[in-house]
Amino acid sequence: MTDRAGVYARILELIEPLNARKVALGEHTSFAGDMEMDSLTVMDLVASMEDEWDIMIPLNMLPDLETIGQVADAVHGLVAKKG
Amino acid sequence: MTVDLLAKYDPLIAEHAGLLATGIRDPFGIVMDEVLSPTQAIIKGKATILLGTYNYMGMTFDADVVAAGQAALRDYGAGTTGSRVLNGTYQTHKECEAALKDFYGMAHAMVFSTGYQANLGMVSTLAGKGDFIILDADSHASIYDGCKMSNADIVRFRHNDAADLEKRLKRLPADAGKLVVLEGVYSMLGDVAPLPELVAIAKAHGAMVLVDEAHGMGFFGAHGRGVYEEQGVADDVDFVVGTFSKSVGTVGGFCVSNHPRFEILRLVCRPYTFTASLPPAVVASAATSIRKLMTAHDKRARLWEATRRLHGGLKARGFRLATDTPESAIVSVLMPDQETTALMWSTLIDLGVYVNMSRPPATPAGVFLLRCSICALHSDEQIDTVLGRFEQAAQLCNLARNQAA
Ligand SMILES: Cc1ncc(COP(=O)(O)O)c(C=O)c1O
Repeated sequence: MTDRAGVYARILELIEPLNARKVALGEHTSFAGDMEMDSLTVMDLVASMEDEWDIMIPLNMLPDLETIGQVADAVHGLVAKKG
Repeated sequence: MTVDLLAKYDPLIAEHAGLLATGIRDPFGIVMDEVLSPTQAIIKGKATILLGTYNYMGMTFDADVVAAGQAALRDYGAGTTGSRVLNGTYQTHKECEAALKDFYGMAHAMVFSTGYQANLGMVSTLAGKGDFIILDADSHASIYDGCKMSNADIVRFRHNDAADLEKRLKRLPADAGKLVVLEGVYSMLGDVAPLPELVAIAKAHGAMVLVDEAHGMGFFGAHGRGVYEEQGVADDVDFVVGTFSKSVGTVGGFCVSNHPRFEILRLVCRPYTFTASLPPAVVASAATSIRKLMTAHDKRARLWEATRRLHGGLKARGFRLATDTPESAIVSVLMPDQETTALMWSTLIDLGVYVNMSRPPATPAGVFLLRCSICALHSDEQIDTVLGRFEQAAQLCNLARNQAA
């Protein structure tokens, strides 16, 4: 599942157990604002995505990844680059 | 219209107010009215045993350390009013760096104004654009902030997990510059890193290694250099960072290394260059303390003895501890949640025991701690008193404990 839709669907599954406030998840849901995820949880989530697709998402990219859609784009891009 | 820049902290303001509204003392607002010794202070008129100061070797009131500071204050004045690279390097600063070189048996030593700045400066300066910093997830804030300040790509691996480190190093380009940042002792849980495994993996992937020995200096290893010495990896560690604010008993930070190009860092490391140097009294005290720590064998033995007494005593009373055996001179008691932690902390202070209260983000997610750090000067009687008060506080707070073994 390495197309954009597949990546997005899998990301939702990885997020769900960490979605403490049970907000509805969509492309525009933000990690800090909507889900109120703390930075440690976000970093752990990133680690699980790295392992899922065997990619590297450096922590310095995180400030630009505010929403689920942005993360899906970034992961999809990294997976595609890997070939 | 002016946007109130502090409004974003409203949730934290409310949380803190809510905590205090339950009637407990402010865990982040303690004032030491008098400090009687490395292990005792007067807080709000009450004689209090200090069990959360990192004053591991009890050097703060050492007569030679105090005398060296007094002499330097008299001879060199109260401050340098300048950067290390301009007018702020005195004979005292060079003597302090000489003491560090002797203590570590290394060719170079650079003294910073705090340990925080030493990490901030070293991490951000060593790794630049196109390089990678690989850090342990539980790293100290100063390491994370050094990463933020650098232009490198930042990769985080699972705490003390050699397999996870290897997996992440494998994803990096072979020809890129890499800095692996480790700590000898992790200050929240008091656990020790498996440095031989981690360092071997770092070296196998062509990384340079920096180890922060803030909580290991003075009592790990034959010369008291830290966990990296005790575990026998000194030859493979490129940089050791440390602080004067724990075992040394004053304030300041440093990096020591054998790297032949090390001295250039004095000119390019901004947290070294663009701040005033430490006052002469501080570096003179530090130099004396460091030289005394080289041979403080009895104190080291006593520190471990007191640590085992506290760890064993708490365990026997059913407290849940972060490490099964005492790995360092930090003994962390695991607590269920913020409210209970604050209540226990406040009860202990009322009973005359000061420990640190720790919570995320200083601790890993979901971890709340009452953190004890032991001093070589804690007597057995003091430790036993502390154990009794922990017992009393747990009863007063209805803290759930393990069945006593
Ligand atoms: C692991 C670690 N590194 C660095 C520091 C910073 O030391 P300093 O108090 O000298 O700024 C500390 C202490 O706060 C620490 O625990």
